[in-house]
Order: sequence, then C-alpha cells, then structure tokens
Amino acid sequence: MRPFLYDRATSADLAASALATSADAPLVQGRVDAEYLAGGTTLLDLMKLDVMQPARVTDITVLDARHGTITVTDAGLKLGALVKMSAAADHPEIVARYPVLAQSLTLAASAQLRNMATLGGNVLQRTRCNYFRDTSWSACNKRNPGSGCAALDGVNRQHAVLGASEACIATYPGDFAQALMALDATVDIVGAAGPRTIPFAALHRLPGSTPHVETTLAAGDLITGLSVPPGPWTRRSLYLKIRDRQSYEFALASAAVALDLQGGVVRQARIALGGVATTPWRARDAEAALAGKPINEATAADAARIAFAGSKPREHNAYKVALGQRTVVRALLQAATLED
Amino acid sequence: MTNHSDDERPASVSRRRFLGATASTAAFPLVGVAAAGQAAAQTMPPPDPQAPVDVKLSINGEMYRVGLDVRTTLLDALRDHIGLTGSKKGCDHGQCGACTVLVDGRRTLACLTLAVAAQGREVTTVEGLARADGPLHPMQQAFVDHDAFQCGYCTPGQIMSAIGCVKEGHAGNDDAIREYMSGNLCRCAAYPNIVAAVRQAKLQMEG
Repeated sequence: MRPFLYDRATSADLAASALATSADAPLVQGRVDAEYLAGGTTLLDLMKLDVMQPARVTDITVLDARHGTITVTDAGLKLGALVKMSAAADHPEIVARYPVLAQSLTLAASAQLRNMATLGGNVLQRTRCNYFRDTSWSACNKRNPGSGCAALDGVNRQHAVLGASEACIATYPGDFAQALMALDATVDIVGAAGPRTIPFAALHRLPGSTPHVETTLAAGDLITGLSVPPGPWTRRSLYLKIRDRQSYEFALASAAVALDLQGGVVRQARIALGGVATTPWRARDAEAALAGKPINEATAADAARIAFAGSKPREHNAYKVALGQRTVVRALLQAATLED
Repeated sequence: MTNHSDDERPASVSRRRFLGATASTAAFPLVGVAAAGQAAAQTMPPPDPQAPVDVKLSINGEMYRVGLDVRTTLLDALRDHIGLTGSKKGCDHGQCGACTVLVDGRRTLACLTLAVAAQGREVTTVEGLARADGPLHPMQQAFVDHDAFQCGYCTPGQIMSAIGCVKEGHAGNDDAIREYMSGNLCRCAAYPNIVAAVRQAKLQMEG
C-alpha cells in the first residue's frame, strides 16, 4: 500500500469541498487522488493490490450520527449513506415492505463484510474483473486508460454481456444497486457546489471509451443518502441471485423484480439485472412487454428474451445469456406467487 | 513500540498526539477556504504521510497507545505492535475471515480496517474472551468439545465470528449457521463440527 494522508471528516459539506480542492493539487509524491473511507472493504482491498493509489484518504465514518439512519414512512424509505449493509438487511420494515432490498443485501458478501460496508460505498463497489484487480496485467482501460482490455479475448467467463464496449467488458459486481434500480431510487449527493439529488439510474456510466469513469460523480462528491419511493410493487418484490456456490459469492446472473398486479394482470413490472452487465441494468423493454398481461411461463420467457436482445457475448460468457434469461423467468414466476 | 498502560485515561493528551491532532484538523480550514489554503501551502512544508501517527486503541477493555504508519491495519497493529497474535492473517484481503474480531460487539475483518480508524471503538479479540485463570468462553469450549478444527489456523476467526453470529440472532438452525458463517473459510473443512459447536454454544450463551 502506498503512503497517504489520513484525516477525519467533520461534516459532509467540508469534506466535499476539501476533496474537490485537493483534486487539483498533488498531495503525495505527485499523486492527486483523494478517496473517502467508509467501510473500507473495497478501498483497502484495492489499495493493497495497488489498483487504487489515493494520496489522501478522508475517513467519513465519524459522520454516521447524521448520515447513518434508516427511516421508513408511508412517503417511502430513506437510507443514510453510512447505514451498514447488515443494518438495512435485518431491518424489519425493509424486510416486510421492500423485500427486494433486504434480500439483495443479505445475499451479498459475508456477515463480516456486511457489518462493515456502508450502503453509499456498496453502490460504488468496483468490478471483480481479474484483469482490473491484478496489476501484473498491463492492459486494463479501467485501471490504466488507453492500455487496452485483456478480458476481451481473455478468460471472460465472469464478464458482461450487456452494456459492454470494445474498451471494457467488466461486470458491475453489486446486488443492492439492482434493487435500487428496480424501485426507482434516488441518490442524495453533497458536492463542492452544495447538495443535489439525482435518479439512481443516473449514477453509473456505461464504459464506452472511458471505462475508468464509472459514475457521474464529480471530484469531492459524497453520497449522503438513498431514497426509495413507495409503490404498489414494493411488497411483491424479490431478488434472485445465481452463483457458482450457494453463499458468499458474486452473481453470475441475478434479477431484481417488483410487480404491481391487478386481477392477475401486470399493471407495472420492474426488472433489473445483475452479474450480466457493466452497470446496474434496468430491462425497460422487457417490463413494457409484460404490461397488461398475466405472468406465466410464456410471457415471462418473452420478457426474458427481450431483456437480453442486445447482448453481446464473448468466448467464455455466452452461457450468461441463457442463464440470465432463466433467472428472469424464475424471478418473475416467483414474484407473481407472492402475497400482495 | 508498544506502550501499554492500564491506567491510560481517554482525556490524557500526549505532546505527540496533540501535534498529530493539530496537523490533521488543520487540513480542513486550509482547503475549506481556497485562497487561505494556497497561501498557507506556500509557507508550510508538505505533510509527511509516512510520519508515525499516535494511535490509541481500546482492546479487550485495556487502552493501548502505539505509534503507527497510517497504513497499518488493525490486524497488523494487533499482531505486530501490540503482541496479540490470536487474530490470524490468512488472505489479508477480506476473503477468508481468519482475522475476524469484534468491533463495538459486531464481527469485523481486522485486515480491512485501518488501525487509525478503529480509535474510539471497543475491539475484542480471541484473547479477550476468557481470563487466563478462568473458564473458557462457551464458544471456545464448544469448539473443543466438538473438535471443530484440525490445524486451528482459522479457529480464532471462526470463534469470534460464531459469537457475532449468535449475538446477531442468525444461529437459529443449521442452515442459518452455515449461511451466516460463510465468511469464515476452513481449509481443513471442519464445517460439520463447527456448525455443531455453534449450535451448542448458542444454547449456553442464550441460556
């Protein structure tokens, strides 16, 4: 791990302007990067691997009194960015009223990691692409812009079939983000210019030709909270995660599904996909295809086919198209049987 | 390196700690006002990120004071600077669970925690579960009773994680124990015996 300056934030506002300012000036040995430290489960891991080399690390865990609470009302769900994954996963009101959120968190990582990792950090978790994580591979456009992509023709079994580019096919690794996508969550951000709120769907960027730019956050921007609006679909929701082993593993394919049914017919379906795409992925065309129809094997299979219509598989990940479609079908059929 | 004192009071401020605190809090006024920050930056020497930081850690109910490179993890602070080698280093990347300790009562990976960030929190390691002359913690005794290890390297992490598992209410049945203990790998594959040990200790801890 490279040397860095450590300090503790005293408020979100001050921390944001401090990091925005330090983005312009070398802090340590010519390096300018500054990062926030919350749970540290991604940051310290990647710093030990020398994938991330921040010159300054600002510890924001001390802000948890202000940004670490959960509020559930009829107006929706508010989650402080410093809420731990385990706290949200075990929250009785989230389990009952937003099961897709609770399940996506419970099925992620390990109990220790869920005790450490925060929700704000979780949605910014970085890819598990081995070529990104292993610095002995020189070609990684995400780690070293312009260097190429070793995964394109490499061992790409875990890589994305949706949203990929010729510059990067790294999979977005998280689970919780899919649930937030499906429920139309919003993100509260404090930046150097003050606070703002954006749709969660506008947080992540497709890799395109700049895979090292993963989000729309500017230097210094700090996620302070997440909001999830209420809706008739939130209770009839679930997260289905398919992986190589039953626990403590990243998704090969996953689906966050929420259904608003009336008389057995879909008023609104929400589908977000994980493990198969470069960003948290909303399958809006598939959702539209289900409107006004009952959920059965045929309609679910149609929706699943549409969800993966634009997929571009590589040598070792073509199985994800069929696996992802079956994941969507099973998730839809299971959700349809849930009590409203 | 270790300056261990039982009577360390939280309010006491050493010269080194005072200087350290001044340096770190000064960073915010400097950048909070850009003009002042630039002026100050021209007159002050650049901060040295490798200068030792005075770190106070509360471990097993005792205060420890150590001078650490800020990069030092809680695990390395425990093992290399404080002499508590019960917590083990397996992968050092948060994947194996051998370094599991309790922080404020919740199981945490010491290898992915900066020691400097653990200040102000109560850390419990396997050494803190039982007194040298007292009975073992029910979870320790259960691991002995059920032969829940072979080489023993993962055992301190397994025991700390198992205590957390029971306290969190996730040890209700064997499936739950397996799921909520999945962050602790055992290369000897003593898993069936570990599940049996957690089941036994749960009854005693809750009894």
